[in-house]
Amino acid sequence: MTTPKPWHARAEDLALPVLALAGALLCFGLFVWLAGKSPVQAWALLFKGAFGDAFSWQNSLQRASPLMLTALAVALPGRAGLTVIGGEGALVLGALACAALPLGFTPPANAWGSALLLAASAATGAAWVALAGALRQWRGVNETISSLLLGYIAIALFKHTVEGPLRDPASLNKPSTPPLAEGLRIGAIAPDSLLGDVHWGLAIGLLACLLAGVWLSFTANGFAMRVVGGNARAARLVGLDANRLVVLACAVGGACAGLAGGIEVAAVHTAANASLIAGLGYTGILVSFVARHNPWAIPPVALLFGGFGAAGSLLQRRMDLPDASVLVLQGFAFVLILAAEALRGRLFTLGWAVHIRRAVLPRQIKGNVQ
Amino acid sequence: MTQHARWNRRDWIKNTGALGAGLASAGWSLQAQAQAPLTAGFIYVGPKDDYGYNQAHAEAVAEVKKWAGIKVVEEENVPETNAVQKTMQGMIAQDGAKLLFPTSFGYFDPHMLAMAAKFPDVRFAHCGGMWTEGKHPKNTGSFFGYIDEAQYLNGVIAGHMSKSKKLGFVAAKPIPQVLRNINAFTLGAQSVHPDITTTVIFTGDWSMPVKEAEATNSLADQGIDVFTMHVDGPKVIVETAAKRGKFVCGYHASQAKLAPNAYLTGAEWNWMTAYKQIIDAARTGKPHPNFVRGGLKEGFVKSSPYGAMVPEGARKQAEGVRAAMLKGSFDIFKGEMKDNTGKVVIPKGKVFKQTDMELEGMNYLVAGVIGKA
Repeated sequence: MTTPKPWHARAEDLALPVLALAGALLCFGLFVWLAGKSPVQAWALLFKGAFGDAFSWQNSLQRASPLMLTALAVALPGRAGLTVIGGEGALVLGALACAALPLGFTPPANAWGSALLLAASAATGAAWVALAGALRQWRGVNETISSLLLGYIAIALFKHTVEGPLRDPASLNKPSTPPLAEGLRIGAIAPDSLLGDVHWGLAIGLLACLLAGVWLSFTANGFAMRVVGGNARAARLVGLDANRLVVLACAVGGACAGLAGGIEVAAVHTAANASLIAGLGYTGILVSFVARHNPWAIPPVALLFGGFGAAGSLLQRRMDLPDASVLVLQGFAFVLILAAEALRGRLFTLGWAVHIRRAVLPRQIKGNVQ
Repeated sequence: MTQHARWNRRDWIKNTGALGAGLASAGWSLQAQAQAPLTAGFIYVGPKDDYGYNQAHAEAVAEVKKWAGIKVVEEENVPETNAVQKTMQGMIAQDGAKLLFPTSFGYFDPHMLAMAAKFPDVRFAHCGGMWTEGKHPKNTGSFFGYIDEAQYLNGVIAGHMSKSKKLGFVAAKPIPQVLRNINAFTLGAQSVHPDITTTVIFTGDWSMPVKEAEATNSLADQGIDVFTMHVDGPKVIVETAAKRGKFVCGYHASQAKLAPNAYLTGAEWNWMTAYKQIIDAARTGKPHPNFVRGGLKEGFVKSSPYGAMVPEGARKQAEGVRAAMLKGSFDIFKGEMKDNTGKVVIPKGKVFKQTDMELEGMNYLVAGVIGKA
């Protein structure tokens, strides 16, 4: 046994997820081989589909961008000590706000108008998740349950409104709100570059992660929030207003999810309808947990998820594998990424033989065999 | 379906000949085609084995795969989001697809329209959407079937089999296509006993297995003894109804395997007919068929074989109606017809043909249906 060196922690940050992913790919290869297909071809297609060329990158990035925002809806309350899983509800209500606002008055059909719609989306999402935070702080309601149930209520409200009072009479067989005016929609960042039709949602998602990272890592307020998350009683003892900080974290998280809904409407769907209920909010929960509620880690993890989606698409088309096969890979990846945490602080301090004996055999962590 | 499965060179030449192209040019394009097969992409919103909407497509696609000179790429469980745009782009850019079949209704606007504008030389054939001349581009189109005809036949059989005279219909949303099926089913049953009622429960979305089971149980508790449905995957409803000892008429594909003792018959799609028209046009360079529709007569829909428990009298009446439908001499929606609030929705003397666009905006439930549109 050697003593830990300062660089160990940094190296582990990188090495653990990489090893876990490699282990997941190995397990997935075995799975594909057992299904009677070539694992080598599957690995090659996974890479090609997710990151093989410009289109694959666009595909992965585009799929990743809403996940960054919905992951923040879990990560920020998570750092304040809450397990909030109501991002889906905030997303659909954000989408509804974006689609409904132009029905009340006519916003300028330009970037300012779009910004106004997105602000409405963010505010709606913020209010919805803040409600779960407030219920917990002042009424003692478990926030995991309340945010989940509020999510169901939000979806029911959304469907009722879209298919009832706000339904565009022209949308016969797919009930939707009237479409947004052309000028209010969000377009591609740089359509003629390598980014292709990747829309501004990516930039907004990255910016949100960056701001959240700066807030948590470099501001007094963010530090106070992390203290509340670490030990709310201790935080109160040193005079921090825990209630305010918790509700703030929920509101900002909810704003991110609401924003994601607004962007989906303005950049992709052009109107609000049931197609928006696609589980982006729920996938955000996984992204956040894999990123350990760390805003700096969310973009790469979201990109990985986007990559899984893009690669799964190609795997189906080329190898006739069922859609569920990419879920198997995702499953291996999560379990191993989370299990690899057991090795944190020990990866370099143990001799390899000792390490394998101690970590792999009794604990059955397959991901580190190689 | 089987007669289309054996697509061969002789048929192809015959078709080309009918177009007025000479044999020589046919031979030439055959060669060109042998070098570069047409790649067609099929996209499903749910799993290919859902015993329902998606399976109906996937079963026909399995036949298309057997044709010479065509390469098929498929993707299932593609949501109606940006993901389907990326799938279409991927099929075009990565697999070289020149013809795409986005089969879910929600893929049309805005997803398929966005891709059609981006790739003007690719053909898009959407299932269910209403392609409109002058509004939508020429490289897009929609195909659909008048499955209400098969639902009417379901109703005739259900009318014979029901003892309580109460039928149940589990549906997703009160949209025109669904209302039309509920009405046709009810009218079919009322042609047997005019006092039959159909109780409808809307679950709110296309795939809600838990709610579908609850709805079926609740209807069974109310004394309903024959069920049908309009949801993406009828599996749960068929199994629940069978477990409750009730009869069921299927929808989309055949669910007979799931409940052989409860399954009377079913309204099924026969997408092969539409696929063949659209694929043949793409292969021979004919203009893209933009508006493809048909019913029993055109071979777009069919019925599942009758279950052993369906008596001779019921079969005879249903086959009589089917024969009239095949001749084109049977109209489901004709005046005077009242809705279930007592309002006259089709005036006396007015007869709607299946192709009439008024039927595509149906927003009422006919008299005898218990439920609200």
